[in-house]
Amino acid sequence: MIEPMIEIEGVSKSYDGRAVVSELTLSVPKGALCVLLGPSGCGKSTTLRMINRLVPFDSGRVRVGGEDVLQVRPAELRRRIGYAIQSTGLFPHWRVADNIATVPRLLGWPPARVRDRVVELLTLLRLDPETYGAKYPHQLSGGEQQRVGVARALAADPEVLLMDEPFGAVDPVTRDALQGEIARIHQATGKTIVFVTHDIEEALRLATTIAIMDRGRLAQTGTPLEIVERPASDFVRDFVGGQGMGLKLLSVRRVADWLRHGETAEGAPIAADATLAEALAAMVTRHAGRLPVADGGVVVGTIALADLVR
Amino acid sequence: MRTWLKTPALWVGLLFAVLLVDMRSLRPVFAWAFPGVRPEIFDRAGFIELFVSHLGLVAASGAAATMLGVAAAIFVTRQTGRDFRTIATTLATIGQTFPPAAVLALAVPAVGFGPLPTIVALFLYGLLPIVENSIAGLEGVPEAAREAARGMGLSSWQMLRDVELPLAAPVILAGVRVSVTIGIGTATIGSTVGALTFGTPIFDGLAGNKLPYVLQGAVLVALFAIVTDLLFAVLARRLRPAGS
Repeated sequence: MIEPMIEIEGVSKSYDGRAVVSELTLSVPKGALCVLLGPSGCGKSTTLRMINRLVPFDSGRVRVGGEDVLQVRPAELRRRIGYAIQSTGLFPHWRVADNIATVPRLLGWPPARVRDRVVELLTLLRLDPETYGAKYPHQLSGGEQQRVGVARALAADPEVLLMDEPFGAVDPVTRDALQGEIARIHQATGKTIVFVTHDIEEALRLATTIAIMDRGRLAQTGTPLEIVERPASDFVRDFVGGQGMGLKLLSVRRVADWLRHGETAEGAPIAADATLAEALAAMVTRHAGRLPVADGGVVVGTIALADLVR
Repeated sequence: MRTWLKTPALWVGLLFAVLLVDMRSLRPVFAWAFPGVRPEIFDRAGFIELFVSHLGLVAASGAAATMLGVAAAIFVTRQTGRDFRTIATTLATIGQTFPPAAVLALAVPAVGFGPLPTIVALFLYGLLPIVENSIAGLEGVPEAAREAARGMGLSSWQMLRDVELPLAAPVILAGVRVSVTIGIGTATIGSTVGALTFGTPIFDGLAGNKLPYVLQGAVLVALFAIVTDLLFAVLARRLRPAGS
């Protein structure tokens, strides 16, 4: 069992007598990318904002890295936790480099270290430090602003990163690219990320764990595959799949788990870690009923159209 | 190149300075236009002396109104002061509705003749635009920037200093500009209760039927107001957040 990084125990929050989050218990293991998923008003953003105490909770306990968040001064706690939001909240009167430097400067890092860190982060987010560091937020595209927002959240190298629908307001192509970046950064840094979205595709793509919420309660937690294959309730089934459930299944299952070993077929091989949805797409475009599967460049078997519905 | 040469503030300012220092060289013009008025140029006090006193009155009342106005706006835009927002704007509105002349009439018995009643009247009269603009400026700070600032661990004071005030500054400055520019014109009535201003030649001229004095005072006070307004425009351009 990996040690938990964030532990939420029986936490409740109500506004004017109306419960927004009720008795929520959730543990996020170290290094996980936990997606809080659910419809508008299900309490997912509130839950996220209770972790860094932007929202004070009424009862229960929240621990980050084993430490009760109520024992830490809010400003100090927040400087240790990265925070990125949909509207980015970049300071319009500060240059990109200064925006990214916000938390390191609050922590009193020496200027040279701050400068190096800004360059490192811009590079990590694939923004040329020379070009972008001196720009103002309004001179950037929506996707670039969001990259800067993520860089700023990562600036002080926090162990935990909270992201509140960070890609909700960008176009689909940009969103796809940004999701790729987050997946890459998560893999590269091993940070614990809590990510709020109402977009099931986004959740299936990014999450190591999905926590589905419904009216302030946890409806189900599990890996993307578990959620899609074994929805715990009608609510989860409807929210996750509805009519397109079959396609969702294809998009979370990996070719590696469904291939026939030892066989071979014509054409360019598909990667073993591709999803069945990608395999199906390749079959359709190539008019082929069977594809060779390669793992690390070596053909290890095949996958056929019939295998997809096994 | 030499963009400052194209700044109107420079040229109007120069004209103002020349008239201030050397109104006397216009003596023949006034003698020709208003035959019979002697002396042609107001001489009960020097124009520079009037200017310094006038400037002092406006600066003192403007500084006080700015400090109190911005402080009040900061207070009523905080969580704890939210309930006082209406009261603050109402009080400021009353301050402006009250005619400065009436304030002078009430202030003189309390604080006596001289510059003080004028400063009080200008202060009350100038509070409203500053309070209103400061509130508007602070409330206009994007909610997302505020949220991100809190989420990153800025303290309330750091948020005010580094995020809210800089972003609100152009709007606050616009309020100060209106307040001070109006104050320059209004300050002239201070001369009726013993303050030295460009209103002094105006009221002397009206009382003694000496039109040239009225003209000299009026032209100088108008130029003073215009130069000040133009200088505020220069400052506003400097202050505009580079990001917008």
